[in-house]
Amino acid sequence: MNGIHDMGGMHGFGRVEREENEPVFHARWEGRVMGISRACSVQRIFNIDESRHAIERMPPADYLASSYYERWLDRNIRLLVEKGIITREELERRIAQLAAGTDPAPPHTDPQLADRMLQVAKGRTHYRQPGPPPRFALGDRVLTRHDAPAGHTRLPRYARGKPGVIVRVHGTFVFPDTNAHGQGEQPHALYSVRFDAGLLWGESAEPRAPVHIDLWERYLLPDAPARGTS
Amino acid sequence: MSGSHGDHGHHHREPESALSLRVRALESLLVEKKLVASDAIDRIVAAYEEDIGPHNGAKVVARAWVDPAYRARLLADGTAAIEEMGFGGVDLQVVENTPGVHNLVVCTLCSCYPHALIGLPPVWYKSFEYRSRAVREPRVVLHEFGVDLPASTEIRIWDSSAELRYLVLPERPAGTERLGEADLAKLVTRDSMIGVAVIKPPAGAAR
Repeated sequence: MNGIHDMGGMHGFGRVEREENEPVFHARWEGRVMGISRACSVQRIFNIDESRHAIERMPPADYLASSYYERWLDRNIRLLVEKGIITREELERRIAQLAAGTDPAPPHTDPQLADRMLQVAKGRTHYRQPGPPPRFALGDRVLTRHDAPAGHTRLPRYARGKPGVIVRVHGTFVFPDTNAHGQGEQPHALYSVRFDAGLLWGESAEPRAPVHIDLWERYLLPDAPARGTS
Repeated sequence: MSGSHGDHGHHHREPESALSLRVRALESLLVEKKLVASDAIDRIVAAYEEDIGPHNGAKVVARAWVDPAYRARLLADGTAAIEEMGFGGVDLQVVENTPGVHNLVVCTLCSCYPHALIGLPPVWYKSFEYRSRAVREPRVVLHEFGVDLPASTEIRIWDSSAELRYLVLPERPAGTERLGEADLAKLVTRDSMIGVAVIKPPAGAAR
């Protein structure tokens, strides 16, 4: 989608501000939001691509006005409501109850859930899946598609319709564009594609600053007949 | 730091923020439905605060500096190479800085980052400023981080867009020939593994 999240190359944002000795979380609630997200993800309530797309679907002005974990909170609520697990009315009632000093939820512990959440942080991933063999090889020249899909995609806007070169063939990975929309994982070839800065940014490009993006085969078209040369 | 709560108790002197209350309400609902357990959240938060951080990636970098065969394996298949050291949770691509090449990692679309090796990303990595500008004007951004590279150096930007995450293998600083792996790991910073810093020789390294 042509969303506000797709920020690569935008003008208007200022200096990158760093914080010395930054804490992992700036408030307790941020860690709780992260933990809730992980709990939902290990229980397959939503997958990573749905969750990214839910953030992309925030109204653009809200996206810009929210902090990172505020966007995560919005995402969690949005998906849990859409999936029928909670309702917004129920959430508002619970807010009122807690504000009045009572929490009706009985205490609940689940050491196995904690183990599973930690396993995701440390164990094997499941994004690399068997799929069809790659169509392109190292050194192939490709052209990215110039679509404006309404749904989720990992081809950034600044790199649409651009020529590039395959610099690495990564193997087959779950396809976010379908996995975000309940259309299955459809794993297929993922490549690292190099783009010359001048072809992305024109005359304002900095010299010797190529950009590499990991792109799925369905984003790519063959560009020139030469194969295996670079 | 506003809104930071050092304790987990219920005796806040300041009124609780609407955000904090909203999050507590969501957690309460999900606990009631047995989809979330508060001890599970406690443990994952503690893991990121205490266990999963840049010191893990630093061990990988130090090993690559002292062991050329490991370095080759790390560059060829990062996922398998970090498993050798007991790390997982990420499909990893390692990109190596050399005298003529500097690598810089960004995620323009969201916040992709190799959590398992360097923890949760700092706020600046997730900021609109970094995400919008690192791909278009990397030298200007690096200058803001205090890094000025020769004009002849190629800056390779990696816009991390997949469930394959990027870690920069920084250059080993001069004057560290006598240091062992554990001491080398102490020199490796989070920012150097993202590519917004260059590791300086340790004080007193130059003889």
